[in-house]
Amino acid sequence: MTFELETAVSPENLRRVAIDPVSRVEGHGKVTILLDADNKVHQVRLHIVEFRGFEKFIQGRPYWEVPVMVQRLCGICPVSHHLAASKAMDMMLGVKQLTPTAEKIRRLMHYGQILQSHALHFFHLSSPDLLFGFGSDVAARNVVGVIAAHPEIATKGVLLRKYGQEVIRMTAGKRVHGTGSIPGGVNKSLSLEERAELLKGIYQMVVWSREAVGMIRQLFEQNLAEYNEFGRFRSAGMCLVRADGAMDLYHGGLRARDAGGNTLFDHYDYGRYWDVIAEDVKPWSYMKFPFFKSLGPEDGSYRVGPLTRVTHCDSIPTPLADKERQEFVAYDNGSAAGATLGYHWARMIEMLHAAESIKDLLHDDDVTGHDLMASGERQERGVGVIEAPRGTLIHHYRVDENDQVIRANLIVSTTHNNQAMNTAVREVAKKYLNGKEITEGLLNHIEVAIRAFDPCLSCATHALGQMPLQVSIVDADGAVSDAVTRDQRGLTREIP
Amino acid sequence: MNATTTFHLDGEEIPFTPGQTIMQAAVAAGTYIPHLCWHPDFQVNGSCKLCTVKVNGRFGSSCTMEAQVGMEVENRTAEIDDKRRTLLQMLFVEGNHFCPSCEKSGDCSLQATAYELKMMSPHFDMFYPDRPVDASHPDVLLDFNRCIMCGLCVAASRDVDGKNVFYMGGRGLLGRRVHISSESGRLADTGFAVTDRAASICPVGVILPKRRGFAVPIGQRKYDLAPISEQVKVKTP
Repeated sequence: MTFELETAVSPENLRRVAIDPVSRVEGHGKVTILLDADNKVHQVRLHIVEFRGFEKFIQGRPYWEVPVMVQRLCGICPVSHHLAASKAMDMMLGVKQLTPTAEKIRRLMHYGQILQSHALHFFHLSSPDLLFGFGSDVAARNVVGVIAAHPEIATKGVLLRKYGQEVIRMTAGKRVHGTGSIPGGVNKSLSLEERAELLKGIYQMVVWSREAVGMIRQLFEQNLAEYNEFGRFRSAGMCLVRADGAMDLYHGGLRARDAGGNTLFDHYDYGRYWDVIAEDVKPWSYMKFPFFKSLGPEDGSYRVGPLTRVTHCDSIPTPLADKERQEFVAYDNGSAAGATLGYHWARMIEMLHAAESIKDLLHDDDVTGHDLMASGERQERGVGVIEAPRGTLIHHYRVDENDQVIRANLIVSTTHNNQAMNTAVREVAKKYLNGKEITEGLLNHIEVAIRAFDPCLSCATHALGQMPLQVSIVDADGAVSDAVTRDQRGLTREIP
Repeated sequence: MNATTTFHLDGEEIPFTPGQTIMQAAVAAGTYIPHLCWHPDFQVNGSCKLCTVKVNGRFGSSCTMEAQVGMEVENRTAEIDDKRRTLLQMLFVEGNHFCPSCEKSGDCSLQATAYELKMMSPHFDMFYPDRPVDASHPDVLLDFNRCIMCGLCVAASRDVDGKNVFYMGGRGLLGRRVHISSESGRLADTGFAVTDRAASICPVGVILPKRRGFAVPIGQRKYDLAPISEQVKVKTP
């Protein structure tokens, strides 16, 4: 089956516009658009042309190496892979319950990552679009421009991220690619000095996180019509929730709702995720398209990440974030909670939740405890699921009797969001590109929609506003009739 | 200090007893000469050549050359360290050394020596040799991807454990490697035990006790505490 604008009926007579590379999701992505003579859009596809290979080369490796090795998938949120793999190996070792110290140190590590990753995405990568406008002057639409125009906002963003990285360093051993979480527990807790050091800064982080929620709310209020409608579409969603239905980014059962808000499954044991989720393949994409089995590939695509988590949970177990959640879902009769750009608002609410959670954990004496490891009865299989900054992350391994991994399957957030990102890009293309001449500003609208889902894409995209783009319009006979290049020198057009 | 029983190492007077090698005398004096295959408890192998020094202007292996009165030995000069760096780069590209996910990272002599000699890149093309992982033993993992052919496991199993579990065999750069002395070629089919001396002798990450990887946090591993050059053990043969 295909979705609207996924496949043109007669592509042979259409012009092809390619944004290649858009940037990367742990690799590279591109957008291709097919237009007719009147510049009407007939086909839009977001291709994630990534090849990771981790599932293959992890085979044969000893299981205790996996949490350290697979985190190399990512340099922005490696803690997600580190913890998801650790949780899978906990299950494989038969560990049903970590020691209190181990679980709280892992949670601390995870909340540190949520804080730094969300701060990075919002302040460094997306705030230039939101503060200056999607089609604003490209020379200023970057983090340097934000520093020049809004130094106070930029400084807070940098310091929020720095604090999150420090939490990771003290729990994992390094700011990026540490080793703190190991199968069955952790290899360190906090020293009293480390705890005191983190406590010094956390109250300011809570204040700044709260201000960030206020900032994105204000942006919504100032641009309500545009933000509400930009790339908007109805979608099913999935996330982890705690036993009482509250948000839990580290552990819980799976909750899924269809596009109409009806519950498909709730508190589902992720150890058998394959009973409710399947993956579709399409000939034009290297990436799979997950869907809910009960709805089928046609209607079963879904989205994950902050927007789904904040709108699907019954509450957030920290008071300031929960208050913001209630206001978010009620805002303008729920309009923001269904908007693609609502991701940013939800992301900031989660950042506040992470800051509050870090504060609570730092006041818990267990984080300085010394009982670090648990054990159990060895199993053959392990599944670990965590709510990474960008959404639900699934790690699934089988380990043989010699302790070697014999099978691995990773379903990352970007894969869950594949169809949703394609749909958002199509909505934006329909509205903004139909019949228009290609400009840098219009290209950026496409990227703004993608960025709402996944900062890994926007990472290189927004590197000082110098994301390389090449767009060519090719006639039906194969001749290039129009070509636009964007690089460090700016936008240049070459018409043959 | 008695002038008849000393030599000079980078200008420093080093005492020695007759029969001691330059390496033995240097270590006894607490002076570091980079090395990988030499170990104070075992017979000299002389394979890695990392301990090469200049003796009275000529290159020689400090682990095999006996100290002589009045020798002028150059050790940590820019010229010699540059050659050592090249030797290290060759060792790295000949095997499959992926420090980022290796549980020996922070405790590895190869890695620590590379840091000591400021090796910044492999320089040469990687060989990517096809080397086996033997996980058959219940307590010990063998990952030959990281082997540097130092021969210490062979010596320890033969001379201390009396088991001859390992032997060096094959020819050529890619053919020569450590083998297991069992009909099946599997470690599980030998008398190897995790308590053997050979189980704890490997300077890199080939012979590892199972299920203990990454138990020591970053910051507390051997070479997190001090560079390898400052961890010279004062031992006598």
